[in-house]
Amino acid sequence: MTGAALVIATLAGVPIGAALGLARFPGRRLVTLLLYTGMGLPPVVVGLFVYVALSRSGPMGDLGWLFTPAAMITAQTIIAFPLVAALTMSAVDGVDREMRLQVKALGATRAQLAWAVLREARIGVTAAIVAAFGGIISEVGAVMLVGGNIEGQTRVLTTAIVLYARQGDFALAMALGLVLILLALGANAVLLQLQGRSR
Amino acid sequence: MTPRAPAYRLTAVRHDYGTRTVLDVPALEIAAGETLGIVGPSGAGKSTLLRLLQFLERPSAGAIEFGGAPAAVPVPVTTARRVTTVFQRPFMLDRSVRDNVAFGRRLRGERADGEIDALLERLDLAALGKARARSLSGGEAQRAALARAIATGAEVLLLDEPAANLDPGHVALVETVLREQQTKGRTIVLVTHNTHEARRLATRTLFLLGGQVIELAPTAALFDAPRDPRTRAFLAGELVY
Repeated sequence: MTGAALVIATLAGVPIGAALGLARFPGRRLVTLLLYTGMGLPPVVVGLFVYVALSRSGPMGDLGWLFTPAAMITAQTIIAFPLVAALTMSAVDGVDREMRLQVKALGATRAQLAWAVLREARIGVTAAIVAAFGGIISEVGAVMLVGGNIEGQTRVLTTAIVLYARQGDFALAMALGLVLILLALGANAVLLQLQGRSR
Repeated sequence: MTPRAPAYRLTAVRHDYGTRTVLDVPALEIAAGETLGIVGPSGAGKSTLLRLLQFLERPSAGAIEFGGAPAAVPVPVTTARRVTTVFQRPFMLDRSVRDNVAFGRRLRGERADGEIDALLERLDLAALGKARARSLSGGEAQRAALARAIATGAEVLLLDEPAANLDPGHVALVETVLREQQTKGRTIVLVTHNTHEARRLATRTLFLLGGQVIELAPTAALFDAPRDPRTRAFLAGELVY
């Protein structure tokens, strides 16, 4: 679930973030402001909006997604997207302006330029994806709201931890917490590995 | 030799940054196959002129023709690829030296492995091919940037101080390589602080001061018999503003 949301957010967020980092257009500041705000959006509020949109009387109620993994992927994607896009944008923006001039002067098309800049900014872009991963894997409010914490269907680590802690089964809750921490550790190890390889 | 069409024709080109005019060139033709030296103190507008010739910026006023046709920025990539620049501070991509040198050629969808290896060899970089380009010294990076520019196959080379970071041995090497490019018919625009370098390489030399073309003449004439007192003062090493 988290993986699917991350893939969708990356496929949308990296190109959009790269385009925002490269282009100068009227309204860019506004888009930046919206993305930065999106980064700090309380996940539970995202969950609430997705819940209302997907509820039977909501605009997307016909999909029948509420309390299914699809609803959770939708909410997680909305949470992850601004993180991926905004952090990719700042990574691309941080690439030396002289690099862009040099690549243009060597005959790059716009697409080739964007690709070369993304490659130069790869550490920042990787960090963006890992930050988004960290954001959604640790999230509980939104997935609880739109998924419903149904055993075997929409129960995830975080919502299971809440449930078991409430039931007083702290040993199981702690064990699941440990698994969650190990997953985060693994994600960060991947990031460090990628950074190390480019040195 | 039959006369060739000019590579560039600039008409009433002016370039401003904010309210400051940094370049004002009423008319300038650069012949295909010539080496035009551009000398002048810092802030004379030399690098700005190169950026306009590379189509990286649109002049604030006036027109630039390239190869007999108007070149309005942004130019089509096929036009842009006929020109390349070696910047004063060469930017190396975070890849190997060889990948940097091959980069422009790769953008054109060509590998040209033999040519890339020959250029690395020619510019005394063969031993550094696998090294990370970011680890190069200033002089090595400058030679790699020149190799990368030549490897593109572009017919016009715009060079901003291509020998500024080099030790004397490598200055001679780079000048030899540039002479080879001249004989291949490449058009070269050579910006330099070093009047000796212009004297050794340029067909004609232009003296730029405060964004204005003070004097443009065949190189020997400009250096041996400068007409303008400001050119004389500059060549004599006196500070001019």
